Amino acid sequence: MNDLVKRGAADIAREVRAKRISAAEVTEAALARVDEVDGRLGCYLTRLHDLARQCARRVDERVAAGDTLPLAGVPLAVKDNMCLTGTRTTAASKILENWIAPYTATAVQRMLDAGAVPIGKANLDEFAMGSSCENSALGVTRNPYDLKRVPGGSSGGSAAAVAAFEAAVGLGSDTGGSIREPAAFCNVVGFKPTYGRVSRYGLIAFASSLDQIGPLARTVEDAALAYDAMAGHDPMDSTSIDRAVEPAAASLREDLKGLRVGIVKEFVTAKLGPEIDALYKRAYQELADLGAELVEISLPTADYGLATYYLIAPAECSSNLARFDGVRYGLRVDGADVGAMYEQTRAGGFGPEVKRRILIGTYALSSGYYDAYYVKAQKARTMFAQDFRKAFERCDLIAAPAASSPAFEFDSKSDPYSMYMMDYYTIPMSLAGLPALSVPCGYAGEPALPMGLQLAAPLFEEAKLLGAAHAYERATGYAAKAAPAV
Amino acid sequence: MASEKIDVRYVAKLARIALSEDEVERFEKQLGDLLGHVDVLSELETAAVPATAQVVESKNVERADEAGPSLDRETILSMAPQRQGAFFRVPKIIAEP
Amino acid sequence: MTVKAQYEAVIGIECHVELKTRSKMFCACANEFGGEPNTKVCPVCLALPGSLPVANAEAIRHMIRAGLAFDASIPAFSKFDRKNYFYPDMPKDYQISQYDMPLTLGGIVRYWLEDGTLKECKLTRIHLEEDTGKSMHGGGGDGRIAGSSFSLIDFNRAGVPLMECVSEPDLRSAQEAVGYLEALKRTFVQLGVSDVKMEEGSLRCDANVSIRPVGSTELGTKTEIKNMNSFRSVLRAIESEIERQITLLESGGRIVQETRGWDEGQGETHSMRSKEQAHDYRYFPDPDLVPIEIDAALIDELRKTIPVLPPERFAKYREYGIDPKQATQLVDNSPLADYFDASVAAGANPQTSMNFVLGDLSRLANESGTAVNASAVTPVALAELVALVESKTINSKIAKELLERMWIGEGSPKAIVEKEGLAQTSDTGEIEKLILEVLAANGKAAADYKAGKTNILGFLTGAVMKASRGKANPALVNELLRKKLE
Ligand SMILES: [Mg+2]
Ligand SMILES: [Zn+2]
Repeated sequence: MNDLVKRGAADIAREVRAKRISAAEVTEAALARVDEVDGRLGCYLTRLHDLARQCARRVDERVAAGDTLPLAGVPLAVKDNMCLTGTRTTAASKILENWIAPYTATAVQRMLDAGAVPIGKANLDEFAMGSSCENSALGVTRNPYDLKRVPGGSSGGSAAAVAAFEAAVGLGSDTGGSIREPAAFCNVVGFKPTYGRVSRYGLIAFASSLDQIGPLARTVEDAALAYDAMAGHDPMDSTSIDRAVEPAAASLREDLKGLRVGIVKEFVTAKLGPEIDALYKRAYQELADLGAELVEISLPTADYGLATYYLIAPAECSSNLARFDGVRYGLRVDGADVGAMYEQTRAGGFGPEVKRRILIGTYALSSGYYDAYYVKAQKARTMFAQDFRKAFERCDLIAAPAASSPAFEFDSKSDPYSMYMMDYYTIPMSLAGLPALSVPCGYAGEPALPMGLQLAAPLFEEAKLLGAAHAYERATGYAAKAAPAV
Repeated sequence: MASEKIDVRYVAKLARIALSEDEVERFEKQLGDLLGHVDVLSELETAAVPATAQVVESKNVERADEAGPSLDRETILSMAPQRQGAFFRVPKIIAEP
Repeated sequence: MTVKAQYEAVIGIECHVELKTRSKMFCACANEFGGEPNTKVCPVCLALPGSLPVANAEAIRHMIRAGLAFDASIPAFSKFDRKNYFYPDMPKDYQISQYDMPLTLGGIVRYWLEDGTLKECKLTRIHLEEDTGKSMHGGGGDGRIAGSSFSLIDFNRAGVPLMECVSEPDLRSAQEAVGYLEALKRTFVQLGVSDVKMEEGSLRCDANVSIRPVGSTELGTKTEIKNMNSFRSVLRAIESEIERQITLLESGGRIVQETRGWDEGQGETHSMRSKEQAHDYRYFPDPDLVPIEIDAALIDELRKTIPVLPPERFAKYREYGIDPKQATQLVDNSPLADYFDASVAAGANPQTSMNFVLGDLSRLANESGTAVNASAVTPVALAELVALVESKTINSKIAKELLERMWIGEGSPKAIVEKEGLAQTSDTGEIEKLILEVLAANGKAAADYKAGKTNILGFLTGAVMKASRGKANPALVNELLRKKLE
């Protein structure tokens, strides 16, 4: 392995800008790494060798011309639910298996404009619906720390690619935990900004009111750089926030003095077993050791998160995924008439988890059930926002687990609900639209597998959140205490 | 909202997904189980709580009425599962909407 | 009493009107009629994966102005909802529409019938939505769905802004329905919110029709009539449906609630879909769009842009005593009506001014190709001319000559009359002098008159008028001539 691939985004960009290395060299190293290990890991559904070389050349030209690119030459994994012109964009679904996007997602474009080089389109759970990547219809991604285990999901391909040095930064999308949980499983940093902070234009929708793009990286600083490049208003997305972005990379700090960190009373980690309980107690103590004042806060609605989420997200997805109908693009399975064509196309094109969520969402919106299910969930959502507002009167940040367990083995969660439980700690933040991240916080289990500490902040306080996570990361350095198995 | 048996066939018809007999049976059980979990929401007192559709408040996001470029026709028609000349072609339509 | 007279019809109209904007409702594709198929489409209006809608500000302003024109209330809060159903010419397989919070509520459409009777029909609401593409049905069936074996789709119209106007069931005959629609059309054209071209499909309407015994206040079972492509077909379709329902009830049958299509060729409606097959549209708030809040300042601003509208104008012209046909003709030509109103405001007698405007002025405009309101004849100058006629200062022949001279820029009619002494003369002595001259030169005619050929009087009057160079008061000439001859 060329040591170039181990370098972080900040380091690479600095060196490329200084012309000590070229984007082309970095790109070749990354492509070689992909060719070396991706056959075993399966992070990418599509490798973009030609495009990557072309982009790298362009970056070197721009650097030569004096452009100060914040992500100059940084190898990038793009989750395959984001459009990139001329590349196959599948959402890991048979229904889009051969679709070539004719336009580029705003977030991806901003990363490229900042100098990042797209290495490949990363695997995910089909349409981002899942917590293990096992729902991908197009490939298996393995956890770089233990190939028998899942990388987490839905942004599992991006998380695994970053962990295994197949990219320095990955783009993920998080609807109920889809960046934070795979980040925890793969020992990397995964950051979901405030809902609306990063444009969703070009992100294949799962649940519109929850979906949010964010970075995965091996350090908080790298995640902050990527966030700074992507964040900000986009006139193509009505829900994108028109509000100044405080640069996060400039707000990184070394201690937590003066910060109050809330520990959620209802998140009882003892339920997760003595080892994990101890791990999180230690993580909270590490925050205190850095100068934070720990305060107990209450989220009375905590136990209603899954129920609320599993009504709202499927309802929105049932409508968002209607467009996959075999008329304009993607898979068509013929039928005697247009109705039969729809039904056969969607039966053949969607996997079981996607069908399950479309059906539950259709049901929740259907005549006679709308008020009892959909409206009820929307009211519960209001309560989540209120609870968090109240909690943040007493603290600046909230600390919590990022997932209920370390990475599990393939096919070990046969009941859909037990899989849904993986997101128990991440869903409440999603429902409230809060910025939240996962940062490595140690290892648990046999073999010892990475775990993530989740930190969350009030709306729009990304800079404070990343700043604090950086202090924790620098003081503890957990990510560096284990190396991937490949 | 005591959970009742879901008419999976009706829901699948609305969602335009053909289901095999096996799937009908399996989804009926899985969706029933899930609705059982979801029923905890009935414990929440929400009579006085407004519904939230967008959690980050925003309003009146509009674009100026200006025409811009469209996509190249060949690009979009090349995506079509079936085309005929300049049109997208579909099997026969049984009824108007 | 005939059987028909024992029933009254109860009719409500729902019509869809395409708004006149430069771009589509949620994307920047051009909103233009015609053009090569599938050339006005983009990721948004073709519903490519990942694309998002952004609302057209002008369409929303059009809606508010349309509402204000009918005295509707404009709620402070409005939003977009998704109406979910599958149809191949609807790209997203849901239509962005408005469900429970439309942009306008209530209102009254004032309209008139051919005989000038003024009527009113209440509006339920006007809401904003997007149009679908166009399907052409091929492989038999003469371009209709029935009998076709495939369909071809053009998405150029998909996403064009559409307003749906829903009336209360206040209409009692096919004539009233047409009068109502004509008033809508006139108003939208006058407001500039739509071109309302039925032949281009920019106005499409459905009618809900039921009948009940005269005097009853209960509503009968209604049917919904679709596929009416012109005001004439609206008239025929509703008349035919009323007759069908009466015949059915009289023969002991029962009306079934259903959707019926109008067949222009057969001249009758036929069943399309029964109520049992009604859709479950699963409306819910569109999570890709944000709410619309309308403040009083915007309403005030838009109210100022609303011109005098056709129904108001028609009623005023009728008060002037102008007949319904002329009044309608003028109302339908708003620049001419503006011109007319200005002349009346300058003091012109309405009926006399109307005669000039629709008569000689329109003729001059046609001959010269210059619009009346762009001609040298200002409304004030016309009012001056009308005053000269009204005061009998000039007779109609002189008036006509004067108008032609004014048209070519000779200026104030009063000035011409004074300068050239064209004022009508009622000086008995002078006229008698002319009569004697004429009788002397036309001895035979005078003799014929005395011999009983009294119709020769017209010829003699003409000769005297000519001798006066048109200035003599014709009535006085006539009277004095008769005296002289008897
Ligand atoms: Mg409609
Ligand atoms: Zn478009």
